[in-house]
Amino acid sequence: MTGKEPKKLVELKDLQLYFNKGKANEVRAIDHVTFDIYEGEIFGLVGESGSGKTTIGRTILKLHEQTGGEILFNGEDVTHLKGKQLSAFRKDAQMIFQDPQASLNGRMKVRDIIAEGIDINKLAKNKTERDAKVQELLKLVGLNEDHATRYPHEFSGGQRQRIGIARALAVDPKFIIADEPISALDVSIQAQVVNLMKELQTKHSLTYLFIAHDLSMVKYISDRIGVMHWGKLLEIGSADAVYNHPLHPYTKSLLSAIPVPDPEVESVRQHITYDTTIETDGKARQMIEAAPGHFVLATEEEAALYKAQQV
Amino acid sequence: MSNPILKVENLHVNFNTYAGTVQAIRDVSFDLNKGETLAIVGESGSGKSVTTKTLMGLNAKNASIPDNSRLIFKDRNLLDLKEEEWQTIRGNEIAMIFQDPMTSLDPTMKIGMQIAEPLMKHRKMKKEDALKRALELMKGVGIPNSEEHINDYPHQWSGGMRQRAVVAIALAADPEILIADEPTTALDVTIQAQILNLMKSLQKETSSSIIFITHDLGVVAGMANRVAVMYAGKIVEYGTVDEIFFNPQHPYTWGLLNSMPTTDTQIGSLEAIPGTPPDLLDPPKGDAFASRNVYALAIDSKEEPPFFKVSDTHYAATWLLDERSPKVTPPVQIQKRWARWQEIQGQEA
Repeated sequence: MTGKEPKKLVELKDLQLYFNKGKANEVRAIDHVTFDIYEGEIFGLVGESGSGKTTIGRTILKLHEQTGGEILFNGEDVTHLKGKQLSAFRKDAQMIFQDPQASLNGRMKVRDIIAEGIDINKLAKNKTERDAKVQELLKLVGLNEDHATRYPHEFSGGQRQRIGIARALAVDPKFIIADEPISALDVSIQAQVVNLMKELQTKHSLTYLFIAHDLSMVKYISDRIGVMHWGKLLEIGSADAVYNHPLHPYTKSLLSAIPVPDPEVESVRQHITYDTTIETDGKARQMIEAAPGHFVLATEEEAALYKAQQV
Repeated sequence: MSNPILKVENLHVNFNTYAGTVQAIRDVSFDLNKGETLAIVGESGSGKSVTTKTLMGLNAKNASIPDNSRLIFKDRNLLDLKEEEWQTIRGNEIAMIFQDPMTSLDPTMKIGMQIAEPLMKHRKMKKEDALKRALELMKGVGIPNSEEHINDYPHQWSGGMRQRAVVAIALAADPEILIADEPTTALDVTIQAQILNLMKSLQKETSSSIIFITHDLGVVAGMANRVAVMYAGKIVEYGTVDEIFFNPQHPYTWGLLNSMPTTDTQIGSLEAIPGTPPDLLDPPKGDAFASRNVYALAIDSKEEPPFFKVSDTHYAATWLLDERSPKVTPPVQIQKRWARWQEIQGQEA
C-alpha cells in the first residue's frame, strides 16, 4: 500500500466458522478468512451460492458465533460482545437484507418499522421528534411523507428495499452490510437502489460491505472486491485490479461467465471452466501480494505462475 | 424465408380480481419461426410470464381472454381447445422450463421417473423403455454418472443439476416449441453459463423453436435471434438481436440497456429509469411509459403510439419515430451503440 494507510473500520483476522465441528458432516462455511474493510469504502464480496459470503456478513453482526479468529470493529474486539455492548455495536453496524418482502414485518406500519431502531436505542425524546426523524429518513430514501402510515404490502419491491435502507439508517450507523440488496429487484429498479446507496455513502460517510453474485453490479459499486469460494477468500484487490487483471483461476472462470449485453461480444465469449482440484490437493496456501494491494491465495510457485500469466 | 410455427394475434388477457380487472396483456402479436430463439424481455408485471402461461394453457381461473385473441399453432387456435386437448399438446408439442428448479420438480418422485413420465404419457412408451430413454436424456443434459443417479430424489441434487433435470423433462417428448421462463435466474453465473450452452447445443440438434423469457439483457444477447421488449402488457419494440442492441429506438429499451452496468461502466454514470411501472388495474391513457420517460412528448399522454417501421424486421411503438416529432439525442451509451450499428451497416454494404 502506498501513501497514507487508510483507517481500518472492520478487521477480520483468521475468521473461522465451522458447522458440526469435529463431526463427519463438518462444514467449513468460513475457512480462515482474513481481510480489512477501510473506513468510507465499499467492499464487494462475490462468490457463488454456498461460498460463505452471506455467512461472513452475518458473523460480523454476531448473528452467528464464530468457531475461531477475531473480528475487530473500529479497533475494538467485538468477538465476544454481549448484552448492552452488543446492542451498542449493532447500532453502529446495520444490515440491509436480500428479500425486502421477507425482512419487513407485514403487520407493522412503515413508520414503526423505520422507528423500531430509534425506539430501542432511545434516540428520540418524544413522539414529535420520532415522527420528524421518520419523515426525514423517508425523504432521504426517495419516499414521501404519507408513506409512513402504510403497510409494506402496499409497496413495490424497489420501494420496500428503500424502506429497508431507511430502517438501517435510522440508528445512524457507521457500517452497513448489504446482503444481495438488489438481486430480488427488476433491472431498472436495481440501478435506482444502487445509485441511492452510493449517494447515501457520500452524504452520511458510510462504509459498506456489499455482498452479491451479480458481478457487473459489484464492479460498478465497489472500491475493493474479495472473491470467495467454498468458504475461502481466494483473491482480494481493487475493483479494477480484480476485474481487469484477475489472478486466481476461479476469478477468471467467474468473470468469463458474466453475460454481456452486446451480441457481438456474446458470440465470441468463452466460458473458462474452473478446476477445483487446486482447492482440494491439501497444499498449504496463503495470501500472497502479487501486485500492490492485490492478493491471491496461492503457493509461492502458483503466485509466480499467476503473475506470469497476467495480461 | 420466414416460416412461423406459432402466430400470436391480438392477444389480450384480463384477470378479474376483487379490486377490479387487471389488464395483464394488452394486444400482443408476434410470430415464432421454426428453429429460432425469440427472447421476450421486460420487468416483472410487464406480462411476459402471463404470455407464456397463456401459450401453455396454464392461466389461473380468473383469467379471461376476449374472442378476437388468437394463438395459431398448426392451423388450430389454441384458445379454442378443451382441457383434454391441451393435455395432448402441453409437455408434448409445447414444453416449458420453469424458473425455479426447487419448485418445478416433484419432491416425492425419483428424477428418472419424472423424465420418463412425459414419454409414457405422450409417446405411450412402456416404463422400461421410457426409463432407458430418460437415462439417455440425463446423459444428454450432462448429468455425470447418470446410471447411479437415475433413482435419486430432487433434494439430493444441487440447483444446477436440478435445472438440468428440468431441461431433460422438457426435452423428453421432443417438443417443437420450448418455452423457457427465466430458466437461469435462480442459478449462479457459472452454472447459468453451463445451462445456456446446453440449451444452445440441444437446440442445434433438435431444431426446435425457443421462447426465452428473461430480464437479463446479457443472457438475451447471447441466446436470442430476435427480441421483443414488453412494457405494461404490450410489446413496445421488436427486432433482430442486433437491431435491438445496436439500434434501439424506444426510450424504454434505452432505459433497460442503460440501467445494466457493463464491467467498464464508470461510477456515477449508471442511469436508472425513474419511477415504477404503471398499475394495470387502470392503465394510463396514451403511452404507458410516458410518466417515466424523460423523452416523452405532449402526445404521449393523449394517444397511444402505433408501431413505426424501422426496418422490415424492426418495429418500435414510440412517437419519437413519427416524422413530425422533434429529433432527440439519446443517452451517451445508446449513441455509442448507434455508432457501432453504423459500422456494422457499413461492413455489410
